[in-house]
Amino acid sequence: MATKYDWPAAEDRSLIGKRHNRVDGPAKARGAAKYSYDRNLDGMLFAKLVTSTVPHGRIVGIDTSRAEKAPGYKGHVNILNVGDEVQWAGAEILAICADTEEHVRDAAAAVTVLYESMPHWVKDEDVEKAGTANRVQPAKDDTKGPDLEEAWKSADATVEGYYGLAVITHCCLEPHGQVVDWTGDDITVYASTQAVARIPGDLAKGLSRDENIGTVAPDSVHVITPYMGGGFGSKFNIDTWGIACAKLSKMTGKPVKLMLDRDEELMVAGGRPSDFGNIKIGAKKDGTLVAYESETWSTGGIAGRGSPPVPYVYNNEERLAQKARHLNVSTNIGPARAWRAPNHPQAAVLTMCPMEDLAAKLDMNPVDFFKKNADLTARPEVYRYEIDKCAEMIGWSDKWHKRGDSGSGPVKRGLGMSLHTWGGRPHDSTCEVRIQPDGGVSVNMASQDLGVGTYTTLSVIAAETLGLQIPDITVNIGSSKLPISGASGGSTTVGGTTASTRRATVNALDELKAVVAEALEADAADLVAKDGKVFSKTDSSKSLSWAEACRKLGNRTITGQGKQPDRNGGKLNDSGVGGVQMADVSVDVETGIVSINKIAAVQDVGLVICLEQCESQVYGSLIQGVAWALYEESIYDQTTGKMLNPDMEFYKLPGAGDIGELEVHMVQNKYDDRGVIGIGEPPAISPGAAISNAVANAIGVRVPTLPLTPDKVLAALADA
Amino acid sequence: MQNFEYIAPNSAIAAAQALSPKQGLTAVLAGGTDLLSLMKERVETPTRVVSLRNIAALRGVTKQGGGLRIGAMATVQDLLDSKAAAGYASLLQAARGITAPQVRAMGTVAGDLLQRPRCWYYRNGYGLLAMHDGKALVPSGENRYHAILGNKGPAYFVNASSLAPALISLGAQVTVAGPEGERSMALADLFQIPSSASERENTLEPNEIVTEITVPSASGWKTGTYEVRQRQLLDWPLVTASVALRMRGNRVSDARVVLGHVAPIPWRSSEAETALNGQAANESSGEAAGKAAVSAATPLSQNSAKVQLATIAVKRAVAMAG
Repeated sequence: MATKYDWPAAEDRSLIGKRHNRVDGPAKARGAAKYSYDRNLDGMLFAKLVTSTVPHGRIVGIDTSRAEKAPGYKGHVNILNVGDEVQWAGAEILAICADTEEHVRDAAAAVTVLYESMPHWVKDEDVEKAGTANRVQPAKDDTKGPDLEEAWKSADATVEGYYGLAVITHCCLEPHGQVVDWTGDDITVYASTQAVARIPGDLAKGLSRDENIGTVAPDSVHVITPYMGGGFGSKFNIDTWGIACAKLSKMTGKPVKLMLDRDEELMVAGGRPSDFGNIKIGAKKDGTLVAYESETWSTGGIAGRGSPPVPYVYNNEERLAQKARHLNVSTNIGPARAWRAPNHPQAAVLTMCPMEDLAAKLDMNPVDFFKKNADLTARPEVYRYEIDKCAEMIGWSDKWHKRGDSGSGPVKRGLGMSLHTWGGRPHDSTCEVRIQPDGGVSVNMASQDLGVGTYTTLSVIAAETLGLQIPDITVNIGSSKLPISGASGGSTTVGGTTASTRRATVNALDELKAVVAEALEADAADLVAKDGKVFSKTDSSKSLSWAEACRKLGNRTITGQGKQPDRNGGKLNDSGVGGVQMADVSVDVETGIVSINKIAAVQDVGLVICLEQCESQVYGSLIQGVAWALYEESIYDQTTGKMLNPDMEFYKLPGAGDIGELEVHMVQNKYDDRGVIGIGEPPAISPGAAISNAVANAIGVRVPTLPLTPDKVLAALADA
Repeated sequence: MQNFEYIAPNSAIAAAQALSPKQGLTAVLAGGTDLLSLMKERVETPTRVVSLRNIAALRGVTKQGGGLRIGAMATVQDLLDSKAAAGYASLLQAARGITAPQVRAMGTVAGDLLQRPRCWYYRNGYGLLAMHDGKALVPSGENRYHAILGNKGPAYFVNASSLAPALISLGAQVTVAGPEGERSMALADLFQIPSSASERENTLEPNEIVTEITVPSASGWKTGTYEVRQRQLLDWPLVTASVALRMRGNRVSDARVVLGHVAPIPWRSSEAETALNGQAANESSGEAAGKAAVSAATPLSQNSAKVQLATIAVKRAVAMAG
């Protein structure tokens, strides 16, 4: 049933779905935007972690006596104690603070921690070796769909192959951390976080565990995060360093800054689980997939990690025979955290790569093969449309050739593709919209902008609803004192925050209309807010400019409330999207160097709010995808148990010259009726599989694991 | 970073006199692109840092005699901008391989030659020879970027210079100043494979500084550098090769082939030079030279791909020279 909260009809949208510059862009470009790392308060102290130098051991001594005599030393708090076990190198042992950044580094270096060393294991790919080290936990078989034996008998072609991808990190450009200012009973936290509203409770709970501190009320904690520099799933909690930072602030009576160093960031504050596996996949002569069988293994650190959702996208349980077995490898590396579309990028590699190998064996064009089997997906029509659109963007019909049939000369060119899906259901959100007598409008909620465009999308919603322009709206987010909104994870933010904002704005406008109706002697139901005016749609002489209309409020401020979910609040959002990506690469078969010519991405997200910010999410995903397809890998040394590349020198990321041409197409005007669906995750899933498939198409053989480094490319060619 | 005393004398001799004759106590600061990160990581902990910034005599890239003089404080960008260096194709190709504008602007040519190895064991504090509990870490460890030549131990790192192979192939000399005065030597002799933990990867005394690099005229030589690099963004070469070929008619009469990032020193390959001498400079002689260059290679557990990369780098460097 239609409600007043529904999104305006397509012909009535003046801002929604259009391209708008990022409203916080100028502040960021000027350096005026203050990130947590930029906070420097009067009298502030600097804190630093002391972390484990061994990958596994028991702490038998912590000697801080030299550190306490170091110049500028102000205090320290233990995170672990003598007798505790450390399970990875880089584990947080204590936090120490001093008057300057230089002094705290010296003081931290003067702390001595002694360990009783215990056996460690940091390698995941060689599952047999990990097994001999007692690091593999068996898992049960998961069987679905038609009888597997019968399915294999009916297959005319099968492919058995080995595929995988390494552990990578989040590598947030702003590392984890915060500034805490504990004054009297008030604790102000400038946290680099994806969850402004969650941090007060998280910190209060962590502090209350310390009997020297006693009970801390969440409402005494104020989190302030107007800007933050990347999280990708790794910044939901206050973490040990946040609690330690608060304790140091209480202890010293000064504000304290504790931001992780780059090496700490890469060792302990982020990690995406690996996946490796032997995959068997079979189809009939006409390309119909009949069976998929996998034995996979992976690590997410000491606790391991659950199984990837394979087969991926092509997983109809009535028609495709499926068997999956997953082994969990326990390693002494920093623990995994949710990484942009948890488990999906891995599942895409483990499914889309064997599928392209099978298409090659069947002598089929992958575009035909992926479309032929679209009925095995949850959205056949969406995928067929997106495959065709993406193929057009990359020039598939002109450029695609049979696998390995890529001409003479050392540089071979190839195309590859991958499909993905994601939910993106909106999180809970409450919003308060204020309309002031001077015409000012503000949108208020304890959400956060991770750099994704939340300031912009909320401005679009309020401006569209009130007939105003984007600069007329002030968006107040990034403070936990504002009405509660969800954590930004799992592509839930845009759906949740736009819905609560729409409802709050409509409710606020209703109040304004009542005031204006009285002033104009009009029927409030006839009033429309559009083009900077409030006017009667039945009598054009009854019209006020926005400023005049608001002046009628006298000295009263309107506050409109809105919530997500709201049963009576119209259908504003949904979940479940599809996307297709295709890559065009060149591979130098003499050196094994892979370079990206182009990546094309087609993505549906229901109703697009701001086209530019939506596309930006896809561009960022593709760049991040080039990184983990070609370069990124956490490299651990088994003898010492240390990560050898916790830096930006050998933890390689691409530069502008490495990413090729990126072309993004958002599907608009096709699924708008579904409402808003999240965009953060979906486009981050397919790049690795698409690039790997393009490399296989170019050189004629599969490079089994990502990143696709020159040594692996040359080894795959030599094995062929 | 450990606290240190900073001084910036205005002559090379004064700088050398301010340096300790003992290894590791003092450090020389030129562009700082390497030293500062080593000090921040406490891999280097000098108590005195001697900056060369006030020594005017160390600046400039100029013509000298028929050749080229590169002052120790000349930056990579100075080299690229210099008219005097225009005739040294292989050297400029190597310099263009240093892709970061920041490093080109701050990093010096001499600093490129003397930067410490990028070996991740060394950078993580396990020392130049990468030892842990008396055991060498590299042979059974993560050695994908390590040496394939000159790697009998105890050193397995690769020399990190981008420019040394080109300069050595061009017959460069280097002048160094110590507290007592100056001495000159072939640039190749600046480098050594350390045979123990007490030796470094270069032959400088701890209280010597490089003052200039001189390169004879390249007239009559065909030169080329080919660098195998994974990224366009600043990245270390996986392997690089520079060749200089003196031609008699259409035959090579004198070949110099120097590889980088394959050994603890810039690796001059007499095998590759023999393969080229007397031949036309073409794809087949280039390929033969590439294969000859790695004929004595002994790859470690993870770096056999570098053998192939070295072959291709030499072949393509010959093609660039031709």
